[in-house]
Amino acid sequence: MISKLINNKIFTLLKVQYSNMLEYRVEIALWAISGIIPFFMLNIWTNNNLNESINISNIMLSRYFLCAFFVRQFSVVWVVFSFEEDTLMGKVSPYLIQPLNPFFRYFAQHLAEQITRLPFALIIIFFFFIFNRESIWIPSLGILLLSTISTFFSFLIQFLIQSIIACLCFWTEKASSIERLLFIPTLFLSGLLAPVVSFPEYVKSWIYFTPFPYLIDFPANLLSGNATNISGGLSMQILWILLLFPLFRKIWSSGTKKYTAMGS
Amino acid sequence: MDKNIIDVKNLSKSFNISSKEPGIKGTIKHFFKRQTKSIKVIKDISFEVKEGEIVGFLGANGAGKTTILKMLCGLIYPSQGSISVSGYLPFRRKENFLKNITLIMGQKQQLIWDLPPIESFYLNASIYDLDNFEAKKRIKKLSDMLEIGEELFIPVRKLSLGQRMKSELLAALIHEPNILFLDEPTLGLDINAQRNLRKFLQKYNKETNATICLTSHYMKDITSLCKRVICVHNGSISYDGKLDLLLKKLSPVKEILIVCSSDEDANQLENSGFNVKNKTKNEITIIIDNNSITSSLKTILNNFDIEDLYINEPPIDEIIGKILIKKDYDI
Repeated sequence: MISKLINNKIFTLLKVQYSNMLEYRVEIALWAISGIIPFFMLNIWTNNNLNESINISNIMLSRYFLCAFFVRQFSVVWVVFSFEEDTLMGKVSPYLIQPLNPFFRYFAQHLAEQITRLPFALIIIFFFFIFNRESIWIPSLGILLLSTISTFFSFLIQFLIQSIIACLCFWTEKASSIERLLFIPTLFLSGLLAPVVSFPEYVKSWIYFTPFPYLIDFPANLLSGNATNISGGLSMQILWILLLFPLFRKIWSSGTKKYTAMGS
Repeated sequence: MDKNIIDVKNLSKSFNISSKEPGIKGTIKHFFKRQTKSIKVIKDISFEVKEGEIVGFLGANGAGKTTILKMLCGLIYPSQGSISVSGYLPFRRKENFLKNITLIMGQKQQLIWDLPPIESFYLNASIYDLDNFEAKKRIKKLSDMLEIGEELFIPVRKLSLGQRMKSELLAALIHEPNILFLDEPTLGLDINAQRNLRKFLQKYNKETNATICLTSHYMKDITSLCKRVICVHNGSISYDGKLDLLLKKLSPVKEILIVCSSDEDANQLENSGFNVKNKTKNEITIIIDNNSITSSLKTILNNFDIEDLYINEPPIDEIIGKILIKKDYDI
């Protein structure tokens, strides 16, 4: 009964947010196009034959970067910016006195945006294959399912990290500047610019203890068929979610006591 | 006897505010060393509200009215004292408490800007665990009461302020709360929209026996809705009681415009000991104490040839304006 009601709330939230996102379809198409960094990186790698140094064929490398693009499309998170603005402007006040944590709204917004993004991402992938016919492959159903789960976990980890940072705006008005600090390590260590396997050994010795490789590198390797430790990667993703979730709950509960409902 | 639904005891709230001197020097100083000070915006207030009561909170800008409402609905955490609303501690924001209350802020909106209001209504209905059938029934009932129809299907951004406010009300009332916190609900609305909103609130209160706590700078909102007012001055309660009594206390006199049948009568009346405010030819305005109004009028009618007579109440805005600057009203 309870889960039915929760499902009903989440389903309605998703439905409404999806309708809302459709109003911004042009912007979403542009956002999807703006996420093509992995293709630039692929170009740099292949033109300079850098793949030879890490023993990955051109085809596998192009599949990796395609998957990195795909994973990135479905794990983009911006909750810190929305929440910060809503909190500082007092827009979050009406949501705080509803029997649903406001972060569910942002969560539904992200999911709805991902659904809206899907066709544009598929179009970009279609064009990628037209120009890289040799890279075409069809992953098995099992791999497809596991990489979907892994991409969702990647999204969850990023959503939780950003939500924790977003809650800091109860203490400091510009929490998004703290998020900026994470932008550089996320960009370089997640595997968006280069597969983690290409990193120096001393970086690889500690990087797998951080959440970064599980954001892009692991799901992209999994989907592209590159060698990866599937159970280890998924376990680490789950572990990070389990660590971050109570931290979010704690910081949310302390933060709301500091809320001053400014601007309202 | 109605029971207390809101019980506030020795409530205080302090905010830490940082201040900055103007100019480059001030900016650099502010960058290296922030000067913050704690300001007590609510000071040790206590009051109760009975079930079904409509209470108006009056006070100048920054007096603390909105802060009180925010603490009552659980939006902000009190620094000291206790609040009980419907038996709950508001700040804990328990689901059953949240299902019982609503907060409407005239200058803030919860409707999704790019979608028609109907989408936000169904969303709110699901958040409050209403099924589709019940949601439809309530939307129909409230939209009839608020007299909105086509607007339900027009994107919020295309609605006028009045239509939007009505939709905001519907969104905030879809779960049929028992306690309404209204912060400047008629802000920016035209006279007709204000009147309609007041009519709706009266009707809602009558039909559901809902308790309403209201702040407004439009005196008509207060006078037509609230029998009881709480005046807030610098974070303290300066008056808590019936609006009528407060008005009588603040305005113990009436102005009477008398049109005499001749200038001579007007001259005689002017010199007969009444407190004359002004006189033009055969028209004379006198000020009479509320307590002696009957006897004074009898004297005037018996001794002077009167053509016409008007009794004027002093403007309500003028009277309530005094409340905003005075500190204490002992009735």
